[in-house]
Formats: sequence, structure tokens, C-alpha cells
Amino acid sequence: MFAYFIRRLLAAVMLLFVVSAITYAIFFVLPRLAGSTPDQLAAQYIGKSPDAKTIEAVKKNLGLDDPVYVQYWDFIRGIFAGREFNFGPDPSQCDAPCLGYSFRKHVEVWPEMLDRLPVTASLAIGAAVLWLISGVTTGVISALRPGSVFDRAAMGIALAGVSLPMFFTGTVALALFTFHWEIFPNEYTPLTENPVRWFQGLMLPWFSLAFLYSALYARLTRAGMLETMGEDYIRTARAKGLKEPVVITRHGLRSALTPIVTIFGMDFALLLGGAVITETVFSFDGVGSWAVQSINENDLPPILGVTLFAAFFIVMCNLVVDFVYAAIDPRVRVS
Amino acid sequence: MKFRSKSAAMLAVAVSVALTAAACGGGGNDDDEGGEGGGAPANAAIEKILNPSDKKGGTLVYESADTPDSMDPGNTYYGYMWNFSRLYARSLMTYAPGAGAEAAEPVPDLAEGPGEASDGGRTWTYKIKKGVKYEDGTEITAGDVKYAVERSNYARDVLSLGPNYFAQYLKNPDDYQGPYKDKSEEGISSIQTPDDHTIVFNLAQPFQEFDYLVAMTQTAPVPRDKDNGSDYQKNIVSSGSYKFERFNLDKSATLVRNDQWDPKTDKIRKQLPDKIEVRFKVNPETIDKNIEAGKTHVMFDALGVTAQTQSQMLRDESNMLDNPTGGRLTYMAINTTVAPFDDVNCRKAVEFAVDKDSSMRALGGEPKGDVATTALPPDVPSHQSYEDPYATEGNKGDVEKAKAALKECGKPNGFDTVLTARTERQDEIDNATAIQAALKKVGINAQIQKFPGGKYFTDFAGSRKWGQDNNAGLYMMQWGADWPSGYGFLQQIANGGALGESGNTNISYLDDPEINKLLDESIADPDAAARAKAYAEVDKKMLETAAIVPLSYFKVLHQRSDEVTNLVVSQAFSGQYDYLNLGLK
Repeated sequence: MFAYFIRRLLAAVMLLFVVSAITYAIFFVLPRLAGSTPDQLAAQYIGKSPDAKTIEAVKKNLGLDDPVYVQYWDFIRGIFAGREFNFGPDPSQCDAPCLGYSFRKHVEVWPEMLDRLPVTASLAIGAAVLWLISGVTTGVISALRPGSVFDRAAMGIALAGVSLPMFFTGTVALALFTFHWEIFPNEYTPLTENPVRWFQGLMLPWFSLAFLYSALYARLTRAGMLETMGEDYIRTARAKGLKEPVVITRHGLRSALTPIVTIFGMDFALLLGGAVITETVFSFDGVGSWAVQSINENDLPPILGVTLFAAFFIVMCNLVVDFVYAAIDPRVRVS
Repeated sequence: MKFRSKSAAMLAVAVSVALTAAACGGGGNDDDEGGEGGGAPANAAIEKILNPSDKKGGTLVYESADTPDSMDPGNTYYGYMWNFSRLYARSLMTYAPGAGAEAAEPVPDLAEGPGEASDGGRTWTYKIKKGVKYEDGTEITAGDVKYAVERSNYARDVLSLGPNYFAQYLKNPDDYQGPYKDKSEEGISSIQTPDDHTIVFNLAQPFQEFDYLVAMTQTAPVPRDKDNGSDYQKNIVSSGSYKFERFNLDKSATLVRNDQWDPKTDKIRKQLPDKIEVRFKVNPETIDKNIEAGKTHVMFDALGVTAQTQSQMLRDESNMLDNPTGGRLTYMAINTTVAPFDDVNCRKAVEFAVDKDSSMRALGGEPKGDVATTALPPDVPSHQSYEDPYATEGNKGDVEKAKAALKECGKPNGFDTVLTARTERQDEIDNATAIQAALKKVGINAQIQKFPGGKYFTDFAGSRKWGQDNNAGLYMMQWGADWPSGYGFLQQIANGGALGESGNTNISYLDDPEINKLLDESIADPDAAARAKAYAEVDKKMLETAAIVPLSYFKVLHQRSDEVTNLVVSQAFSGQYDYLNLGLK
């Protein structure tokens, strides 16, 4: 078991490293291959008057005239040891983990990201709880009574949920509940400031997101349950005289859950790394909408930061999933 | 089959409910019209200050889809920030709220009066008012103004977002490194402060419009010990009538009264609302709805209403709008150095061929602009109208005349060229498409190429070599002046003396000795009327040489709020509402 953990952990670290290198290459090497000079890169971050002197100064200050491997090394070093930046009368220290300094806004990427994380985390966690409960429950009930009215209705709604994109569900929800009936406000209030407003403001995005995901989970659970409930060992369990709820939860659901856990880890991590469309639709200033804004502004360090951040969550969640897997399904540990 | 009909039904329900919601939102308009001030006709705030009032109190709310480059008055190039930052930053000169051309004249703010010129316009002296204080109660000195100019113009590695006209026009000592590297007390030698209330600027060349330069917010004082570079926008020390209570980058700003501001030192500010709130990154449709509902008062970035709101307002014949020109010209530059446009007749062929009427329709018609026939828009001082040398019937272009011109330049069957536009500007692309169709009629095949705006001037249209290498002769362009004068407008798009290899905004690559001479001589002329005449002359010559095809005088459609007092469209700020003295009813 211990060796399994270590193996997984090492693989995760390696993966993060590779992701960082590739991301860095995409943003800093590709433009050069496409013919952009450091001067041209620097000129983007200057106002409307990119004269030669300013370009020179900015290029030097952003480190754009260094070879790319030096820039990458500085970046990696910053994550572990911090680095110094020069955006004022005196150099300022960017402490580890330093994900760099926004070229556009001249702020450190890491604190800005932490600042936006509560928004994204509130969104992701709330929605995840909702869709797990509703999705799995619906799936189980449907599977136990396949072909029933409930099953058909639930699967119909699920199909709609999977097919309707967020920018539709979200916008319609906003039009109805915020602008027409004025039931829910469309704003994010920090939990610490006012828990009630926080809750109200998040209801729409939670339900919209949950609608999208629970549909998928319901269908997955239903399929998994249908399959396992037909297995021999379920019959054996029943024959032993176990009560039906125990058969369903201990024997049926447990093995049907394994693929759900895997998918859940991925989905949840992706959301934590920025619920791009949801945040944009609801005008939430989370990690995802920040990434979109940075892409529009060609602000490389935040894009790089968010990408790494998302990769980190995905890798971490996968790690957790692997461990949970090991707990649910003993066969995994051996392999 | 069941699924399909079910989801179709859901869709229908959702759409119909959404439509009902929209209709109800529109209906709200009717209720408001009985209210006071709702009676002012459309465009009322262009002709006069609407709802003049001294009533204090309330919270004035701005909303913006965008975020500014910086709130720091020394580090911004956004017109709406130059407008807004006057609330917390007093520059030597500024613009006072008012209607028409009068508002485009700089008036003293921190300075006691306009600058005194000596040495033929090479030296400018300003006396600074006594007793003007920062929000912390310390008195503002000439040294603070000098420091503000130094940091904004000479510390370009850190503060690169604003203009750098001072660095261009001041006598520059070669070795000056800016106040962040050179921490000596003396600072730059070409700005002197003989005493705490006198500041003297020494320029390299005579420059008679220096009052306009010091009206830029870059002369607003900054205390050296509070300056923290690009982060200064988070802790700005106010010298104006309001100060920051809170500022969250990309989210919001809250300003409250500055109790150290003394109205006795200030003839132009009123300090009416108790609080001013700015919310960034709000969906544009939401802003329009909020203004209509009275929850928000002004669209901060002054981009005008969305297309949807526009058509709704026009359909309802709403009077709650102002549709001023914005001091900007939408045009197509013709690169005078790329063959065959190095021949003036080939350029003239384009002038005649372009169908300005269809271009206008591509932009969205009258609310977006008026057909242009000059370089200087009518709301830029020294604009004069003259007979359009390329007038065509209904502005629809003239194929015969264009073909005749083509014959004269030796290309009777037309030629191929490239027409550029900026990717993120849909207006520009639509315009280019309309022009492409018009040119096609006379045999000129223009291939449209799109480039990101951030690189347009550094890598493409503004790069001499790129134009030559790619046979690119036509560039879509929009231009507004950095200060409201003919020189401020023309200098950067017509002066051949300032041409470089890249980063050019004179993308006609116009280098006409007569125009250069007119510009250089006029700026040294203390006689404002003579200067204005010279700029009108330059305007005419730009058309004669067929260096640009003026397409439209840019207009913006603002939705006016019923609640706001002292509302007026300012010519000093590209047709935005003047933000200085807005109050609430």
C-alpha cells in the first residue's frame, strides 16, 4: 500500500513538471517560433505609445530579453524559492510560491488567484454536493425500477441536462429567477461577509451546474447499477437473506460507484481550476473568469498560473481518487 | 421521439418566458417618463448642462464592462480615466464641465493661471495655488508636481501605460534615469522648482500648446514617500474633491468626500454626492438595464449602449439618450509608399471608388457616425469644412471617376492589394468588407487581413517593412486626439518627421514636406487663430494627397439617467459625459 502511494505521488509531481514545461513553451516559445521578437512581445504591455525607449525598458524589466530557458528557470525557481520584481521605486519580493507577476496589472499572480479561489471553490463544492446527491440517488432509483414512469421522466430530464449547455441554462435561469421574478440576486457575496447572501447568490449557479452534471451522473449510476444488480453475487447476497437496502448499498452501489468516483475527481478538479463558462455567465470574479480576462489581455503569467493551478487540482484529485479507489476496491492495491 | 418533443416543449417554454421577461423590462420605461427630467429631449446634454444643481448627497454609481489600465493618473491612457481621475487628482490645468467647444479649452486647476511662455515658447512657468492640500492634510508643492511628471514619463520600465509627451517635448538630459533609479533630490534638470509654488518647464523646441500637455493628469501631484510604482493605484493620495475609501483591482472602487479639499482653492469642482461607486466587469446588457431602472447612473467606460438597447431605444423613440460625436475619425489610411499607391492617382482611384454610404450602413447607420469628408472631426477645434475633392452622389462612390484615375496611374484594369483591420473590432471588419466590395467594382482586389489590435501598430499596419513585404496598401484606422486641438489630432497621423520603422500611427506613411512644415511652424506660433488656420490647411492637404479616406465621424450613443444632475457631454473627453460634477436629484 505504501509503495503504491509513493509511486502515485512521484508520478503526480512529474506530471505537474511536464505540464508546467509544456504550458511555458506554448506561451513563451511558440510566439517566438511564429516570429514574434521580444520587442514585439514587450510592446503589447505598453499603453498606446510604445516608443523604442519604453519598449527597451519594459522588455528588460519583464525579463523578455532573456533566453527562454533562463526565463523558465526563473519561473520554476520562483515557485520554490520566491523571486524579486521591480515594479516600483524599490524592488519587491515575491515570496514562494511565486507564480510570477502579471504583465498587465503588475500584481503578483499567486495572491490574486487565492483571492479568487473562494468564489470558484464555493461554486464547485456546492454544485458537486448537489449533483452527487441528486445524480446518484436518481440513478439508483431509476436502476431499481427500469422502465417505470420515474425512470423515464428522470432519464428524459437527464438527457436535457446533458444536452443543454451552461450558457443556455445559466442565462435562462438568470432571466427567470433574477430579472423576472427577482428571487435570487446575481452577485457573489463572500461567506465571511454575509452567509445568507452568499447562499442566495450561489443558488442559481449551483443548480445550473448541478443540472448539467447530475444528468451525466444519473445516467452513469443507472447503467452501473443495472449491470451490477444483475451480477451473480447480488443473487448470492439476496439468497443469504440480506435485507434489500443492504444488498443495494453494500453490494450493488459500492461496485457501481468506482467509475463515478473517477469521473467525479476529474470533473471536480476541472471546476476548481476555474468554472470558466459558469463564472462568465453569472459574472463571478473567480479563477476561471480571470483566466478568460487574461487571455483577452494577452497577459501571460496569469494564464500560466491558472493552467498550472488547474493542473495541480486535477493531479491532486486524481491522486485522491486513486487512494479512494484503493479503499473501495481492494484489487487495485495489488496491481 | 418522446424525448425530442419534451425538450422542444421545454425550449419553447424557456424562450417564451425569456421573451416575456424582456418585454416587461422594456415596459418599465413607460412608467419613468412621467418623472421630472424625463422630459428633456434627446441630445439635450450635448447643448447644455442638463439638470444644473448644487444638491448634495446620495451615492453615484458607475458601472463598466471593462477595467481601466490603471487608476493611477500618471499611468493611464484611457480617456474615461482622464475624465474620472480629476475627482481625486488635480493637474496644473484641466477642463471644466461645459457644452460645446468652450469645454475643450484648458483652465487652471492646481495652477493659478495658464502657463507663462518665454524664450519663444521654450520655457513655461506655472504658479501653483497656495493652501491646496492632499487628503492627509500636507500641502501640495511644486516638487510633487515635478515628481509626478518624472515618474510618469521617465520610469517607463515600471509605468509604461500612459502617454509620454513630456519626455518627448522636454529638454532631455541624456543621463536621467527616472526617479526610481535616480533617487537624488534634484531630479530632472529641465523641470525647475525655484520655490514651493513655482514650476518651470524647459522644452527642447518651441511648443505653444503646452497648456494642453499640463492638463494631462500626469501633472497631478504625487507625494514621493507614498509612491509605490505600479501599485500606487491601490493607495492613491488624493488632491481632489474625493478620495478612495476602497479599491479592489478589477472589481470595484469606492470614493468618499475628501475633507481636506478646500472649495476656496477650486473654482470648478462641486463635490455633490456623498459617495461614488464604480463597479467593474459588469455585463454590458446588465449596465443598460440598470441605468434604465435607475440602479446605476453612468456607464463608466462610456462605450455606449449595446446594439440591442440601441435598437430598442430607437424603436421606442426614447428621449433618454445622447448621441454626440466623439472627437474621433474612422478612416482608411492609404500607404503612400507601397506600390502602386506611391502614385497619387492610384490613391485617388480608391477615394472615388469607396462607397461611404454602404460603409456607414455596415457600421449601423446614423447612431454610429456621420459620413466624413475631412480629417479633423467637427468637434475638434480648428475643424473647417471645405469642398470635398472626392464628393460623389449620395456618397456612394463614382465608378467612372475611379476608373479614370486608375487609367491615369497606369493601372486601367485595377490591381491587387491587402486591406487590414483589427480582429477584435467587428465595426472595422464590417467596414473593410463594405470597402472591399466597392473597390471590386473598379477592379481593385483588396484581400482583407485581420490582426490583433495589440500588435496592429508594432507588427503590422504600423511597421514600414511589413507593409512593403506584404503588398499591404490599405489599413482600417480610427483616431482620436490626445488633447483637443488640431495639432493634438493631426501630429501623430500626418507628421512625416516622426516616422519610424515600426510603432507608427501615421500609417499613410505620409511624409509631405509642406505638411511637415505647416505642423512644425504652427506649433511654434503663439497666435492660436493662425495655428487653427494651419491645421485646417493640413487637413485639406491630407485629402489632396489622398493619404486617407475619411469614412465617418465617430458617434457614441449614451443612455442618459434620469437621476443625474449637471450632465453634459464634453468635447474635452471624446464625447463622454463630464464626470467632474455629476450629482443626484
